[in-house]
Amino acid sequence: MTKGHVCWRALLAAFPYTTPILAGFAFLGFAYGVYMNVMGFPFYYPFLLALVIFGGSLEFVAVSLLLAPFAPLATFLLALLIQARHLFYGLSLFDTYRGLGWKRFFLIYGLCDETFSIVFTAKRRLPKDVDRGWFMLWITWLNEGYWVLSALLGGLVGGMLPFDTTGLGFVMTAMFVVIFLEQWLHESCHATAMLGILAAGGSLALFGAQSFMVPAMVIILLVLLLARRPLEQRYAAPFSESEAAGDGGGRQGAAVERGVMR
Amino acid sequence: MTDMPLYQQAITVLLCTAATMLTRFLPFLVISARKPTPPLVRYLGNALPAAIFGLLVVYCLKDVAWGRPPHGMPELIAVAVTAGLHLWLRRMLVSMAAGTALYMLLVQRVFA
Repeated sequence: MTKGHVCWRALLAAFPYTTPILAGFAFLGFAYGVYMNVMGFPFYYPFLLALVIFGGSLEFVAVSLLLAPFAPLATFLLALLIQARHLFYGLSLFDTYRGLGWKRFFLIYGLCDETFSIVFTAKRRLPKDVDRGWFMLWITWLNEGYWVLSALLGGLVGGMLPFDTTGLGFVMTAMFVVIFLEQWLHESCHATAMLGILAAGGSLALFGAQSFMVPAMVIILLVLLLARRPLEQRYAAPFSESEAAGDGGGRQGAAVERGVMR
Repeated sequence: MTDMPLYQQAITVLLCTAATMLTRFLPFLVISARKPTPPLVRYLGNALPAAIFGLLVVYCLKDVAWGRPPHGMPELIAVAVTAGLHLWLRRMLVSMAAGTALYMLLVQRVFA
């Protein structure tokens, strides 16, 4: 088989796995592009942010960060906390991505929730004559492409929508409400979900909308560290279970996958 | 459009990118062979996401003026309907689209 043939074959094998993500990303990415356009940014902003950050939740939040006063420390801290779950994708795929040369860089760069769940689920069911590296790379690139192009399209179309777009920014609130609920439904203990709401709400009341995020994040981290002993057992199960069973990937990925796939 | 000068915009986006890539690349850079995940990392990984998404829900609602009419009614109603729909159908895109459409209707027509 020629090199081009190997590459093409892997693309054909990878595409069907990504179709559920295509539907989800087309909607969310488009909504993101429209949202950013409606907030007053030119069309290439959602495209560029989607391309370099490539993490949906943070891209939405980045719009608010760009509209608020410049706050580098709070920005970096918030970004780290929102994206911290990726650490576990890397830990789970360390062996899978071993020895793939230059492909490894792109695989890790594009390792979002959805790509993780597909790679994690599909890696064991792969036909023998399909190149593993190319297969995983195509999954990563296809998902990335769906998202970035949808964001670009949303940014382009956003200004031409034939209706009043006032209130469209609520799409970000709705997204986080849904993700929060999914997380809630998959946890038997709701202590940290409540902690997030209470710490943020209390901090907002005390410090005001402009400066409540850093104190809220510090409170959350402090409480999690101080209450580690009682909380650790309650929060021990989900990650290690799915890892041991090896059936569905991380909770986050699985939650997003479930949401998107229906 | 933002009031931020371009260099501050660039720094903000770069910090978001750096933080994201740090979380993606770090495991591949620091793991040595097959050491088990440190317990603290594992614990935070399980306990943190719910807290962060709770924080982000509050973050989205931070600019609501509770003291002035309509006292956050459009937000409360739209959040309740989004959540209710999601508990009922569990379809992420349906809940989001319907909740957003309802909110737009509320702020444009009902509470305008």
